[in-house]
Amino acid sequence: MSKLGDLGARLYRGEVGYDFVGKRKIWYGISILITITAIVGLAVRGLNMGIEFEGGAVFNTPKTSVSVAKAEEAAEKASGHDALVQKLGNDTLRIQIAGVDTGKSDQVKAELANEFDMKADDINADLVGPSWGEQIANKAWQGLAIFMVLVVIYLAIAFEWRMAVAALIALIHDITITVGVYALVGFEVTPGTVIGLLTILGYSLYDTVVVFDSLKEQSKDLVKQTRFTYSEVANRSINSTLVRSINTTVVALLPVAGLLFIGGGFLGAGMLNDISLSLFVGLAAGAYSSIFIATPLVADLKETEPQMKALKKRVLAKRRAAAAKGESAEAPEPAGDDGRDDEPGDAASEGAAPAVVGPRSGPRSQPARNRGRGRPSGKRR
Amino acid sequence: MDRENEKVAAPKKGRKQAAQGKPGRTLVLIMIALVAMTGGMFLSGHTTPRLGIDLAGGTSITLEAKNEPGQKNAINQTNLNTAVDIINNRVNGLGVSEAEVQTQGDRNIIVNIPKGTNAKQAREQVGTTAQLYFRPVLAQQPSTGAAEKPTPKPSDSGKDKSGGDKSKDGDKPKGSDEPKEEATSPSGTPTTQGRSVTEALKADATPSSTTDAKDDPAKDKKDDGKKDPSPTPSGDPTAQLQEQFAKLDCTDKKARAKVKEGIKPSDPVVACGENKNGWDKFILGPSEVNGKEVDDAKAVYDTQGAAGWKVTMNFSKTGTKQFADITGKLASKQPPQNEFGIVMDGEVVSAPYVSQALTTGDAEISGSFSQDEAKDLANILSYGALPLTFKEQSVTTVSAALGGEQLRAGMIAGAIGLALVIIYLVAYYRGLALIAIASLFVSAALTYTIMTLLGPTIKFALNLPAVCGAIVAIGITADSFIVYFERIRDEVREGRTLRPAVERAWPRARRTILVSDFVSFLAAAVLFIVTVGKVQGFAFTLGLTTLLDVVVVFFFTKPLMTIMARKKFFASGGKWSGLDPKRLGAKPPLRRSRPSGPTVPVDSTTPKEA
Repeated sequence: MSKLGDLGARLYRGEVGYDFVGKRKIWYGISILITITAIVGLAVRGLNMGIEFEGGAVFNTPKTSVSVAKAEEAAEKASGHDALVQKLGNDTLRIQIAGVDTGKSDQVKAELANEFDMKADDINADLVGPSWGEQIANKAWQGLAIFMVLVVIYLAIAFEWRMAVAALIALIHDITITVGVYALVGFEVTPGTVIGLLTILGYSLYDTVVVFDSLKEQSKDLVKQTRFTYSEVANRSINSTLVRSINTTVVALLPVAGLLFIGGGFLGAGMLNDISLSLFVGLAAGAYSSIFIATPLVADLKETEPQMKALKKRVLAKRRAAAAKGESAEAPEPAGDDGRDDEPGDAASEGAAPAVVGPRSGPRSQPARNRGRGRPSGKRR
Repeated sequence: MDRENEKVAAPKKGRKQAAQGKPGRTLVLIMIALVAMTGGMFLSGHTTPRLGIDLAGGTSITLEAKNEPGQKNAINQTNLNTAVDIINNRVNGLGVSEAEVQTQGDRNIIVNIPKGTNAKQAREQVGTTAQLYFRPVLAQQPSTGAAEKPTPKPSDSGKDKSGGDKSKDGDKPKGSDEPKEEATSPSGTPTTQGRSVTEALKADATPSSTTDAKDDPAKDKKDDGKKDPSPTPSGDPTAQLQEQFAKLDCTDKKARAKVKEGIKPSDPVVACGENKNGWDKFILGPSEVNGKEVDDAKAVYDTQGAAGWKVTMNFSKTGTKQFADITGKLASKQPPQNEFGIVMDGEVVSAPYVSQALTTGDAEISGSFSQDEAKDLANILSYGALPLTFKEQSVTTVSAALGGEQLRAGMIAGAIGLALVIIYLVAYYRGLALIAIASLFVSAALTYTIMTLLGPTIKFALNLPAVCGAIVAIGITADSFIVYFERIRDEVREGRTLRPAVERAWPRARRTILVSDFVSFLAAAVLFIVTVGKVQGFAFTLGLTTLLDVVVVFFFTKPLMTIMARKKFFASGGKWSGLDPKRLGAKPPLRRSRPSGPTVPVDSTTPKEA
């Protein structure tokens, strides 16, 4: 902890940090590249839709010694359709037969049971009509759309529209990437996948919202000071919540990893596996996007505001002036505004002793040297 | 931040005092709630959550409603509920007592049949729509058997005969009564569907065997609808039917269930019907009018005559013609053969007699109905008019073995997830992790008890996606603690001592937690409302756990943190408390260790921090 905690402290104070906003173009580029790859993958390879979307039957046998080839033959004979047989980790067979309608499947099941010498009741069957998967998917899209509208409205009210837009873009980004990974790797898409995908909605935003919350806090009264531009403050909020973001992501991924491990290793395939797989991909994308995409986007949008442009101008002018005067001039600067206005931007580092933090040119570039107690802190407690 | 924070914190001063006095009480409160719920759980006798089909084993059938051709907008909640009633009645009438039928989404009906019941038979019953037919009565007799009134069935409630016009007890069935042994040749019904007849008769003759109804009932119905009414049923039902009729004991629930098996609209059948005093048994001719030809049926109060409540119905064009035919034929006959039975799913719900041919397509059934009886009958007649067919969308059969295995896998996955999270929290937050772990367990306990209690109350069933939702929720719950702890640490880094840090961190952490939980809850709520199938179970758990997260953080974690902040272990910022100011790289508390004045040179503190 000491190392991490220390790093946390330094991130928090802005002594170390990564210039997420400044290097945003790189990350935008990477994201656009990934997104394009995902879209191309989707267009070229398409999604490997599971039986649930195509209609057909999935049978799971109990433990058996029947070989895959033999099972395949038997299944094809019984159903008259192509069968896909997998042997799962625990010596059970998973037999997928596309195109069997629900009425006929009982018969197929009986024949399989007969062939494999097991009781029909022990075979698990999942029979799906072709339009069921479609209905699930349609409903999911519908849910997605409604959720997006509501969440944009909510974020626009709770924060502001720019953040809502940025969050939405980040969300679409996450979903595109997840879907793209499915297309490229060829994982099977099942209702479980859809569930996982939909959960990402909440989670991706959850993460983004926490960063935004910190950003909103730190950028309050921003225009009243002249030391930091919006982008710098944004970058600072990312850095100061970085530890939390990492912890959140790790903590969210751990149970999902447990699910994935158990779902994949223990059951071989099925709902647990499908949900956790898409969750895993989506969560990772979500954590990435809330840091690298969403907040820099907000900064970009914000910087187009006349107010912020003016601020930037002022800040830069001031810095030039300060640079001209040399290092020595740094300290007294904020005194005039009674210590109030300059604080928000610098918030993180100050707390008890809000002090005279000199014209750092952004949190990343300069260690906070003057973490002095510019003022007795007693009155704050 | 500080500026704002100070603003927030200042008014809190008053509250803070109170809050510091309160945490114990809040903790006690939530513990009482937990204990009360656990108590309720044991009192209600449900100590484990109800398990869904995929965990307990059984068969789950999803039906999708389809509009009948030519009928638009027939898929609505009223019609679906009606259909649920019918299906429920039908499935549970088979002796599948635990089956559960419910609507889902705007067009689906889910039928869950637990393991150990005859799923195949149930499936056959479920897949078809309500079968309502008008059949001429060939013979009628009060059913002998136990004198006591059988338990009334829940929704087949149109139990009433059409009033007191019936005084024909003892009307012996026509035809021979002598017991015959085995399959007589299937005769007596003029029909083109030879195969069906054989099968149906077989089913009738050996009622104990499960039916082999591979035939599509819909086809039969259609045929029936199209066909001109078959020739008047002959007055001599087959001997087999006679024998069955003689043996039939309608007071026996099983017998009643058996008699409904495998009936075909085109065959004469025996059937039971409940009246005010008990059960009647019938021999009925082939269907003359399909219930679908009923356009509308209403219970009305006859204000003109003294007839009281009656049921009016009107028929479609085809129905009008068919109904005119049958009433024309029946009107001239002797009781009970001037009656037609209104047969719903094989049970006679009413057997009014006909006094004249009704050719207008409007008919009314009168008798000494009570308001409820009239409404019930009208309802049943409307069932026939239900312009929906149902298609099997998915059928999932899970053996008990696999169900158990999936449940176990879910449990293990949950345990692993929880363990990993705990390990991580301990490694990172050390002493603070104790608070997080306690909160996680309170959260888990609340989730468990609430899920268990929701089983009997709203029929919540824990299925595999719901288990997944709960596991994923571990992350969301733990994150709230992380947000709070990080805030506290930030405050400690500012040089505050723990108690003020805990109080100052709270308002900000609280806001973040609320905002982010709201987003998560919004996602769950939208998904729950909009989606169907397994997605819904998942969304429900996620929403529930998100709510509980807020409850736990507010009423457990925060008060516990406040109390713990007073303990020496945490307050002193020991190495293992997770709040060691030095390790957090805090500026040393100003008043204590650094006497230096406010004008300290700029760089003085940096090296230490780095």
